[in-house]
Amino acid sequence: MSTQSVSRRTFLKASALSGGGFVLGFHWLSKTASGAPGSAPADANQAINAFLSIASDGTVTIQSPNPEIGQNVKTSMPMIVAEELDVDWADVVVEQAGLDTQNFRRQLAGGSQSIRLSWKPLRTAGATARRMLLEAAAQRLEVPVTTLTTQSGVITHPASGRTLTYGEVAADAASVELTADVDLKDPSTFRIIGTTRKNVDGHKIVTGQPLYGIDVDREDMLLAMIVHAPGFGMRLRSMDDAAARAMSGVVDIFTIDASVADRQWSDVNAFTEKVVVVGTSTWEVLKAKQALVLEWETDGSPESTEYHEQQLSDLLSATGVRVGRRDGDPEAAFARAAKVIERTFSTPFWAHNTLEPMNFFAHVQGDRAELLGPVQTPEFLRSSVASACNLPEDNISIGLTRMGGGFGRRLYGNFGVEAAVISQKLQAPVKLLYTREDDMTQGTYRPTYKVHYRAGLDDAGNLIAFSVRGAGVNESPVFANRFPAGAVDNYLAELVVLDSDVTTGAFRAPRSNFIAGAEQSFLDEVAHAAGKDPIDFRLELFDRALNNPVGEDNDYDPARYAGTLRLVREKSGWDQAKPGVYRGISAYYCHNSYVAQVLDIAMGDAGPQVQKVWCAIDCGIVINPDAARNQVEGGIVDGIGHAMYAGLSFADGKPEQDNFHTYRMIRMSEAPREIDTFFVDNGIDPTGLGEPSLPPVAGALANAYFQATDLRLDTQPFIQAMQRVRQPEG
Amino acid sequence: MAIYDLTVNGEAHTVDVQPDTPLLWVLRDHLKLPGTKFGCGIAQCGACTVLLGDNAIRSCSFPVAGVGQVPVTTIEGLSPDGSHPLQEAWLAHDVPQCGYCQAGQIMNAAALLKAKPQPTDEEIDQGMDGNLCRCGTYLRIRAAIKTASANMG
Repeated sequence: MSTQSVSRRTFLKASALSGGGFVLGFHWLSKTASGAPGSAPADANQAINAFLSIASDGTVTIQSPNPEIGQNVKTSMPMIVAEELDVDWADVVVEQAGLDTQNFRRQLAGGSQSIRLSWKPLRTAGATARRMLLEAAAQRLEVPVTTLTTQSGVITHPASGRTLTYGEVAADAASVELTADVDLKDPSTFRIIGTTRKNVDGHKIVTGQPLYGIDVDREDMLLAMIVHAPGFGMRLRSMDDAAARAMSGVVDIFTIDASVADRQWSDVNAFTEKVVVVGTSTWEVLKAKQALVLEWETDGSPESTEYHEQQLSDLLSATGVRVGRRDGDPEAAFARAAKVIERTFSTPFWAHNTLEPMNFFAHVQGDRAELLGPVQTPEFLRSSVASACNLPEDNISIGLTRMGGGFGRRLYGNFGVEAAVISQKLQAPVKLLYTREDDMTQGTYRPTYKVHYRAGLDDAGNLIAFSVRGAGVNESPVFANRFPAGAVDNYLAELVVLDSDVTTGAFRAPRSNFIAGAEQSFLDEVAHAAGKDPIDFRLELFDRALNNPVGEDNDYDPARYAGTLRLVREKSGWDQAKPGVYRGISAYYCHNSYVAQVLDIAMGDAGPQVQKVWCAIDCGIVINPDAARNQVEGGIVDGIGHAMYAGLSFADGKPEQDNFHTYRMIRMSEAPREIDTFFVDNGIDPTGLGEPSLPPVAGALANAYFQATDLRLDTQPFIQAMQRVRQPEG
Repeated sequence: MAIYDLTVNGEAHTVDVQPDTPLLWVLRDHLKLPGTKFGCGIAQCGACTVLLGDNAIRSCSFPVAGVGQVPVTTIEGLSPDGSHPLQEAWLAHDVPQCGYCQAGQIMNAAALLKAKPQPTDEEIDQGMDGNLCRCGTYLRIRAAIKTASANMG
C-alpha cells in the first residue's frame, strides 16, 4: 500500500526536533501499569504504545496528548493515529492524556501548531502500531508479514483467507520489536483523514456532563477566590477581614505571594500578591470577598488610556527607532513619488474573556501535588509550581480538563500556581475560581497598538515605496518580513515599544489580529489611489514577489498567497456587483497558512450588517473538514466582533471595563448571515487553522464599509466611528 | 440560612442555604449539577441559563428564594439521554467548539421554541442575543435551532 517511508532514524530525529506530541522512545514496547509483560488479564486494554491501547474486542483507545481549547484537536489528532493504524473510527475511544513528558512532546495549545507539528509523529505512531500488530499476526499465522493486509482492524492473509483481529494479536504485538522502517499511507488512500467526524465530546457537551476545570469536584474540597489589586502598579496597603471572617461558610482568609523565582515566558502575572478567601460554598465565599475592607497604594504613576495613546503617537514620530527591515532607498523613492498615501491605524487593549473564567484544582500534601484544570501549557505550569511551592517536579502531576476557551489566555498559568500555593498553605484539596471581574481586570491583555503606513506611487500607479512603523505596549505589532515586503523595491519596517505596568500576552493570532486588518485596509486605499481593482493590485505585487523578489527573508510563498485570492475571487463572483451590497477584500498569511476573504455588507438603520463572507484558505491537507470550517467561521466571527466592539480602557491604572455589560462582545444578531469556506486542495502537509481566519477579516469589513460610505475605518473599535457617522454632532 | 424545597429535573430536593444564593450555585455546589455554567454573574452572557417552568432565566442572578414551587430544568434534565431535538440538532451541526456556552444556548433555545415553535431568523437572533458564544459558533447555533424546529414540527 504505502509509498511514503520514514526511517526510524529520520523519525526519531524529527520527533525530537519538532516535538509533535509524543515520543516514540520505544515506550510502545512497554506494558500498561497493570504489570509485567503477559500478566495483563485478557480483557484488559493492551497498551501498544503511549498513544493507544487495543482491547480484545477491538476497541481502540487513543490518548489525545494536547490541550483542548475548542480547536478540536481532541478529535482531529486521534483521527490521524486511527488512519495509519487502519481501524474504523467507530471503534475508537479518545481519552485526554495528562501531562506526560516521558511519552509525549509539546503538550501545548498555541500558535496553531498542534496538527502541523504532530502530523508525522501521529501518523508514525499509528503506522508503527499497525506494523507491530502485523508482525505479531505473521508469527501467529507463520507467514511472511508482507503477505498480510489490514482493513478496519482486521488482518487478513489473502492467500489462505485466514483473518485475525487487532484485538486478538494486541497482547503479542506489545512485545514486538521492530527493526524495519515504518511505511506511511499514500494520502490518496486515506479513509478517515479528510472526512468529517463529529466532536468526540459532543454528546457530553450537549448533555451537560462535567468536562471543564470549573466542574472538578472532590470530597472535602474547599473553594477559593482571590482579590487582586484594582489597578496596575498598585498593591495592598492594609486589610481588615474581621467582618468577612465572621461570615458563614468562611474557612480562612489570608494573602499569598504566588511569584515564581525562575520566571518563564508563561509566568506573566501582574498581581502576584493576592488576598485569598477560602470557604465551603461559592456564594458564601463571594459574599465574604465583598465584605473585605481593603486599602491599596500605588507604587508608581498610574497609567491611563490618554497616556498610552499619547506615548504611542509620540513613538510613531520618534527618531532612532529599531529598523526591522530596509530595502532600497525608501526616502528617495518617497521623494520622487507622484502620489504619497499615508494613514495611522490603532486598536485598544483586548481582554481574552474565555467564557470559562480562570480556575484550577490543586491538592498539595507534603512534598506532592496533584493539579487538574484548564491550561494551554501544562509543562510550564509544572515547573512554575515547582518553583513557587518548592516541590520536586517529579512529584507534581498535571491533569488536563477540556477548556472553556483559551485564545492565548491559558498559556499563562498563574491561576494554576495560585491554586497550588493556596492548597499548600491549607494542605487540603482546593478549587480556585476567578469571578468575571477578577478575570477581566487581571491583565495579560492583547496590547494596544498604533501603526503608521506610507505608500508611494509613480505616475503609472506602480507601488515604488512602502513603509510601516508600528508601536505597541510591551511589543510592536510589525512583522518586518511579511507582505508586501519582497514585492516593493523600496521598503522600510520599523518597530517601537512602550514599556508598561499593564501586563500583556498572546491573544489568538498575536500581532496579526491587528496588523492584518490595518495592512489590508491600507493596501485597499493604495489600490484605490492607483485606480486599480484591489484584487488585481495585490496580484501584481504577488507576481513581483514570485518572479523577482526583493530580498531573501520574505516569510511567505507568493504563489499560495495569490492562489487563495484567485479562489475567493472566483467563488464570490467578485466582479458581479449587487445593488445595495458593498464588498471588501482582504488576504493574509500567518501560522503557515494563507487566507483570502470577500465580505459583503448591507447598510441598515443600525449600521452595517455582514451578509456573507467567502473565505478561501490554504492550510494544506484538512483533517476534519466540517470541524475545520467551524474553526474558520469562529475566527471570522471573532475577528469581526473584536474589530467592531471590543476595547479595554484605563483610568488611574485601573481597567474601566470589568464585565460584559461594559466590555462589548459580538452577539448572534451581529454575526454574518452566512459564511462559505473553501479549502485549497493541494496535498501539502497540514499547517495552522485555529488562528489564520481571524486576522484579515477586519480589513475586509473596513474595505466593504469604505465602498458603502467613502470612509476609512482606521480606529478600533469600529463601532465608535460608525456611531459618529449615524449621529452627527449638533 | 433557610430551607428550600425545589423540583429540579423532576426530582424533589431540599437545600439549606442563604436566601439570596443564586440558583446557579445551588445547582452547582449543593445539587452537584455542574452542567449549568458560570460565565459573568450579572446575567450578561447566558451561560447559566436554565428553565423555570417554560421560561429561560439567568440562574446566576436569580435567588433561590424566588424559585418557589415552579419546576427547574437544567441541561442534565432536558432529556433523559440527550435525545431532545435541540441536542440532536446540536450534534448534527457539530456546533460546539470549546462547548462552554452551549448548555446555556440549548436551554435558551428550548424556551424560545416553546414560545415560538417556528421562529424566523430575526426571532432567533432576538431570542438568542443574550447568550454569548466566545468561539463564534452563532451561525451553527442558528442553523441547529432551525433544524430542531423543523424536527419538532
